[in-house]
Amino acid sequence: MSSTIATEGSSSQTTPQGVDPDSYNKDPAGFLRQRRGRYGERVAMVALVGSAGLSVLVTIGIFFALLVPSLEFLREISIREFLTGDRWAPTFADASFGVLPLVTGTMWTTVIGLLIAIPFGLGAAIYLAEYAPERVRRFLKPVLEVLAGIPSVVYGYFALYFVAPTVLNDLLSVEVGTFSVLAAGLVLGIMIIPTVASLSEDAMSAVPQSLRQASFALGANRMRTTLRVVFPAAVSGITASIVLAASRAVGETMIVALAAGTQAQVVSSPTEPGQTMTGFIAQTATGESSPGSLTYNTLFAVGLLLFVVTLLMNVVAGSIVRRIREVY
Amino acid sequence: MASLGAIATAPLKAKREGDKSAKSIVFMGVLWFTIFFSVLCLGTLLVNAFFDGWTRLDGNLITRYSSTVLPETAGARAAILGSALVIVMTAVLAIPLGVAAGVYLEEFADPRRWYNKIIEVNLTNLAAVPAIVYGMLTAGVALSIGLPRRVVLAGAIALALLILPVIIITTREAMRAVPREIREGSLALGATPLQTVWRQTLPSAVPGIATGSIIALSRALGEAAPLLLLGGLVFVSYDPNGLFSGYTVLPIQIYDWVKEPQLAFQQVASAAIILMLGLLLLMNAVAIVIRNRYQKRW
Repeated sequence: MSSTIATEGSSSQTTPQGVDPDSYNKDPAGFLRQRRGRYGERVAMVALVGSAGLSVLVTIGIFFALLVPSLEFLREISIREFLTGDRWAPTFADASFGVLPLVTGTMWTTVIGLLIAIPFGLGAAIYLAEYAPERVRRFLKPVLEVLAGIPSVVYGYFALYFVAPTVLNDLLSVEVGTFSVLAAGLVLGIMIIPTVASLSEDAMSAVPQSLRQASFALGANRMRTTLRVVFPAAVSGITASIVLAASRAVGETMIVALAAGTQAQVVSSPTEPGQTMTGFIAQTATGESSPGSLTYNTLFAVGLLLFVVTLLMNVVAGSIVRRIREVY
Repeated sequence: MASLGAIATAPLKAKREGDKSAKSIVFMGVLWFTIFFSVLCLGTLLVNAFFDGWTRLDGNLITRYSSTVLPETAGARAAILGSALVIVMTAVLAIPLGVAAGVYLEEFADPRRWYNKIIEVNLTNLAAVPAIVYGMLTAGVALSIGLPRRVVLAGAIALALLILPVIIITTREAMRAVPREIREGSLALGATPLQTVWRQTLPSAVPGIATGSIIALSRALGEAAPLLLLGGLVFVSYDPNGLFSGYTVLPIQIYDWVKEPQLAFQQVASAAIILMLGLLLLMNAVAIVIRNRYQKRW
């Protein structure tokens, strides 16, 4: 039972005492907090706060779940060998734990993906934000949403059975085998086009209309206004969208597990097969690796590296976005 | 929105002349090509899957178990049932938690407090954690507390954690769209803040939350990566029958078939892809119907 009700009886229901009536307008959330609820309500509040706090717990959980096996891994393999070695053969008889082949594999697929996603995503964003009539927008936005909603295993199938044999070998006469970082990277690029397009479009739509009008008033046409006024004004949001897309490409698993191959090697040409960090995790996770074994710990060491890399990219993207808010 | 668009294009039309220079037309052409490329990719992907797989869109696909020796008659029965079970469990876990967290952050949290700031930053970062990492988290925790990790429940927990940030963000947007007057009216009639949320704000936000949740669940349905570590990829030739049953799901069954070199496996894989895309389309259609039919316009 609440103390308010006990001391003031039923009058507290209609006129809450000790509350500044104007405070709701200044700070609704604060106003709601200062009113004491009934016992059941406090329990409900604790449940709400707990649910929100759970997300922090998940992050801490991820960190420790990855860190503990990784530390055990580092007890057997020096961190120098792990980060600078260029031979990755954790399951071979003469095991070697240099992660560089996986890192270069990831870099190849990500860079190829960005080479597709940046021009096509930005083009789509510019068209949607600056040129498209409302009717065309209403058709194109769902197309991008569908493209974003297609499961990555379907993209993997597309890379393996269509892009590599039909597009690359037959149409473009590029000699690639069944597995190549090129085919995986191209399809990865298609997958992240919607990320670049929708976030960049948001950034350009946020540019104040007055800037465009000023540019038109000075006699600039639409292309010049887009390239010289809107694009520079939105550049931090656009950069952030590219960094976020890159982080998605680094973390994507199924496409590279299917289409890039399972040979961990330092890739020197895009037509070669290669293995990425996520590809290694996918391949090893499906096999039998008993907890506590070196193979199992290796899995988590690579997972930690992946997590740290993507986290850094997200933090960078976040700080770039925060800069845009200071401009207007 | 429409009036903003009218303001945006009005001065542009006056400048038509300048938009017809050779450079401008080439620029327009490039923009059209980039957008055409996305449409083309989507079309090719769908048509390609359909042509590879339509011969295997038969009863066997739904009623039979997978086979390592007879791909011609292999089916995805165990995977379909497994996907259904995992997705229902994911919804049961993720929706109440996500909605509760969203309600707290939108209605009660003081954004100036340090702990609320931490939750906010944390949410944006969680939303971008690679899916496979959630599988590693669940596998690591299950192993360290001695629970089995290759079961339906573990898969559902990983997927629930994966879509939790999406549901929280959706809930917040839906709550934000409810006008302040509704809350003020309720409070003025003597309802407590929680009664206001429970009887007024939340019911008004349900269509938005439902739409976002269904779309999040459709993402979970297509997600394979975290389940690779949680027993999704084992040969299952029985119906999953509980939370601690072994299982497989559609995207992983597809992954398994795609890896096989024989043409017949490729065909059954693309038939399963068509089936999965159909299910996703259905879920998204339901979400759109809910949005259009039940969402209140204030």
